[in-house]
Amino acid sequence: MSKKLLLEKAHVAGIRYFDVYRKEGGYRSVEKALKEMNPEAIVEEVKKSGLRGRGGAGFPAGMKWSFIAKPEGVPRHLVCNADESEPGTFKDRYLMEFIPHLLIEGLIVSSFALGSNDTYIYIRGEYAWIVDILEEAIAEAHKNGFLGKNILGSGFDCNIHVQRGAGAYICGEETALIESLEGKRGNPRIKPPFPAVKGVWDRPTVVNNVETLAAVVPIINMGGDEYAKIGVGRSTGTKLISACGNINKPGVYEIDMTISVEEFIYSDEYCGGIPNGKRLKACIPGGSSVPILPANLLLKTAKGETRYMNYESLSDGGFATGSMMGSGGFIVLDEDQCVVRHTLTLARFYRHESCGQCSPCREGTGWMEKILKNIETGKGKMSDIDLLWDIQRKIEGNTICPLGDAAAWPVAAAIRHFRDEFEWHVNNPDEAQKRNYGLAHYADPIHVPVA
Amino acid sequence: MSEQQLFKVTIDNITIEVPAGTTILNAARKIGGDVAPPAMCYYSKLEGSGGKCRTCLVEVSKGSEKDPRPMPKLVASCRTTIMDGMEVKNITSEKVLDARAGVVEFLLINHPLDCPICDQAGECHLQDLSYEHGSESTRYEFQRRTFKKHDLGPHIQLHMTRCILCYRCVFTADQLTQKREHGVLDRGDHAEIATFIEKSLDNDFIGNVIDVCPVGALTDKTFRFKNRVWFLKPMDAHRDCPTCSGRVTLWNRGDEVYRVTARKDEWGEIEDTPEGKPGWICNTCRFEKKKTSDWIIEGPRNINRHSVIAQGHYAGKIGTNKPTETFAAVNDGRKPHLLMDIHSVSQVNKPEVKLSLIDGPAHSDAFKKNND
Ligand SMILES: Cc1cc2nc3c(=O)[nH]c(=O)nc-3n(C[C@H](O)[C@H](O)[C@H](O)COP(=O)(O)O)c2cc1C
Ligand code: SF4
Ligand code: SF4
Ligand code: FES
Repeated sequence: MSKKLLLEKAHVAGIRYFDVYRKEGGYRSVEKALKEMNPEAIVEEVKKSGLRGRGGAGFPAGMKWSFIAKPEGVPRHLVCNADESEPGTFKDRYLMEFIPHLLIEGLIVSSFALGSNDTYIYIRGEYAWIVDILEEAIAEAHKNGFLGKNILGSGFDCNIHVQRGAGAYICGEETALIESLEGKRGNPRIKPPFPAVKGVWDRPTVVNNVETLAAVVPIINMGGDEYAKIGVGRSTGTKLISACGNINKPGVYEIDMTISVEEFIYSDEYCGGIPNGKRLKACIPGGSSVPILPANLLLKTAKGETRYMNYESLSDGGFATGSMMGSGGFIVLDEDQCVVRHTLTLARFYRHESCGQCSPCREGTGWMEKILKNIETGKGKMSDIDLLWDIQRKIEGNTICPLGDAAAWPVAAAIRHFRDEFEWHVNNPDEAQKRNYGLAHYADPIHVPVA
Repeated sequence: MSEQQLFKVTIDNITIEVPAGTTILNAARKIGGDVAPPAMCYYSKLEGSGGKCRTCLVEVSKGSEKDPRPMPKLVASCRTTIMDGMEVKNITSEKVLDARAGVVEFLLINHPLDCPICDQAGECHLQDLSYEHGSESTRYEFQRRTFKKHDLGPHIQLHMTRCILCYRCVFTADQLTQKREHGVLDRGDHAEIATFIEKSLDNDFIGNVIDVCPVGALTDKTFRFKNRVWFLKPMDAHRDCPTCSGRVTLWNRGDEVYRVTARKDEWGEIEDTPEGKPGWICNTCRFEKKKTSDWIIEGPRNINRHSVIAQGHYAGKIGTNKPTETFAAVNDGRKPHLLMDIHSVSQVNKPEVKLSLIDGPAHSDAFKKNND
C-alpha cells in the first residue's frame, strides 16, 4: 500500500461535512498556519516540500509563490484552477466531490501565505453539482470561523468565491482563466506580463491546480521536509492519477511516485490489468496533451531501465522516446484500439477547443483533423503523413499558449511511434475500414504481467 | 528633460539604439526595409493589439548583455520588448523564414483567394505577405470555410470569409467608439467577427475599422466594386471638420472622388496628425464628402514605388518614395538572389526607365524613347 495523504479519509462516511471532517483532524493546518506561522514560513515549507504543480506543467509551487509581486496597497489573489477539462483527467473532480473541505482547508492556508483576501475557485461549468458541494463547504467553514473576518483571531480575512466556467477547455489555461474570471472572452493573454505581476484585474495573482492546493494541507501538517521524503528525486509527495481506457479498474488512485508503470497497470491495487486477456498496445500517461507511448517504451525507457510513475522517469528520453507526467490522466489502449482513429479523436478535440487567436493553432488544428479523417476513412495518401508532420511542426512553439503544442504533440507522437499503422491505413483503405491493425512490432517484447 | 535610457539592439546584423521599452518590431521598423517583420495584427495605434497572427515571429539569438542566453522559442516581435545588447535574427534566420512560411500557409488555407473580385486587392496586406513569403501552390485539399456576408450598418460590409481574425477592428471599435457592439463570437476555426445579433454599427468613428482591416473583410459600401485601387490617384486633402482632424486621402479618377480614407504610413497604419494624435477620420468625411469641392487638395500622396498603386500614380518627381533597400546591407553586402533577371526577358522593364516619372500611363513610346 502506498501512502495516502489526500484521499486517505475520502471514504469516511459524512466526510463531506464539516463536523466529520473536523473530527477526523481537518483544519489542523489552518490552526497551525495562522497561529504559529507567518506567510513567509509557509512559503518556505512549501518550497522545502518540493511540491510541483499538479495542473500539467509541474512547476515547483513554492517557487511560483515566491515570485508573486507585492506592490504596496494592491490586493493579491489566489485562484484555484478547477477547470479540469483535459480528456482523461478527472482527479480534481473526485477530490472536490468527496472531500471538499480538504480543498477549502488548503485554500485558506495558501491564501494566508500569499496574502489573498479574496480567493477564487474557477470550476468547469459541467461540474455543476460540485459547485453546490463546494459552496456548502464554504458556508460551513464560514459558520465555524475558518473563513470570513479575522479568522481564528489572527487578523487575517479571507473569502472564497466559486466561479463557474462556461464549458471551454481553453479556460483552464491560466491567463485565459483570468480573462474569463474577469468576465471577458477566454482568450489566453500574451505573456509577459505574467500573472504573478499582473493577473486578475491587473493584480498579482497565483493560479494553482486543485490538487496542488490540497497538498498544502499535509505539507503544513507534517512539515515540508517530511513531505519531501515521500517519492523520489524531484517527484515528491503523492500524486492523484485518473486511470481510464482498457483497464479492469478505472478510477482515481493516489500513488507515491515510486511505483513502476508496469505495477500501476497490472497490479490489483491499481488498474488491475487489461480486461479480456488483451495485450497492452499503447498508453497516454499524462492526459491527452502528452505524447502517446507504445507498450515497449512505456514499460521500459529507451535505455532499458524500468519506467516509473514520476515526473523524471515518464519524461526520460525526451519526446523522442519518452512522454510526460502532465495532469495525471492515464489512458490505456489495448491491442484492439486504432491509433489513427484515436489521434483523430484528439485532433477533433483540439480543433474544437482552440480559442482561435493565433493563426497556426486556429487553422492548423482544423487542417490536421481533416487529414486524419481522410486517413481514417480510407481516403488518405502517403504524402498526407508527411504533411501532418509538417503541420504539427509549424504549430508547435509558434503559438501564444501551450494549447497549440498540446494539439501538435499527440499527432507528432502518433506518427513517430506508429507510422506503420498510418501507412497501413493508406495502403489498405478497405481493410482498414473492417479491422484494426492490432499490435505491431513496437509492442514487443511485451512484459509478463506482475502481481 | 528626463533622460531616456537607450538600449542597443542588433537586428539582422544591423545595430541601432532605441529607447528602453521599444518592441523588437518597432526597433526593426526604425531600420526599415526587409528587416522589419511583416505584421498582420499589430497596430501601433491600438492598445493591446498584436501577438496573434504570428507573422512577425523572430529569433532572439542573444537575450541581452546581462543574460546572453538565446530565447528557446521564436517570439512575436510586436509584443516582445528589447533588452540592452539583444541580438535578433529576422530574415537571416532559417527558422524564422520557415515558421513564417508556415504562418502564411495557415492564413491562406481557408482564405477564399477571391482577389479578382475583392475591393482590397492592391492594398491588401495578405496579398503582400503571400507574395513575399507564400508558396505558389496550396497543400490544402479541403473545402474552404465560408460565412455569409453581413452589413454592419449602412456603410460597412463584413465579408467574414476573408477575415484573418487579427482583432484590429475589435480594438478599434473598443477604443474609438462609445458602445462596442461587435466582437468575436465562437472560437477556434469557427470564430467570427460579428455584431451582437446583427446590430448595425452606428457611431461617428466606426468607419475606421475599414482602414485597420488588413484584408478585404471590412469594406466601404460606398466604394464597393466601383473601381480598382490601382486605377485611382491618391491625393492628400483636408477639410475643416468639426468631428475629426479632417486630414484624409482622396482616391480620385480624373476629378471624381471614389473614396476617402485616412492617411496611412509606410506600414499601412493611420498617420498621426501634426499634433501627434492618430489621424482617425469620422464617418462624414469618409462616406459623405465625395466631391472635390468638399476638400482642399494638398497634392499627390507619397506612395511606395513597389506598390501596385504607384502604377496609376502619375506623380512626376514628387510623390513617390524611393525605398531603402536593406537586403544587401544585412546579407554582408551580397545582393539578393534573383531567380531570373526580369530585365533580360522583358521588353518593357528597363531599369533606366522610371515608371513613376512618366507623365501618364506607361506606353511603349516611353520605352522606345529610352532605348534610343
Ligand atoms: C489548454 C490548457 C488547459 C489547461 N487546463 C488546466 C486545467 O483544467 N486545470 C489545471 O489545473 N491546469 C490547467 N492548465 C495548466 C494551467 O495553465 C496552469 O499551469 C496550472 O493551473 C498551474 O497550476 P499548478 O502550478 O498548480 O499546476 C491548462 C493549460 C493549458 C495550456
Ligand atoms: S495556441 Fe490556440 S488556444 Fe492558445 S492562444 Fe493560440 S489559438 Fe488560442
Ligand atoms: S474583419 Fe478585418 S480587422 Fe476585423 S479581425 Fe477580421 S481581418 Fe481583422
Ligand atoms: S504582428 Fe506580431 S503577431 Fe501579429
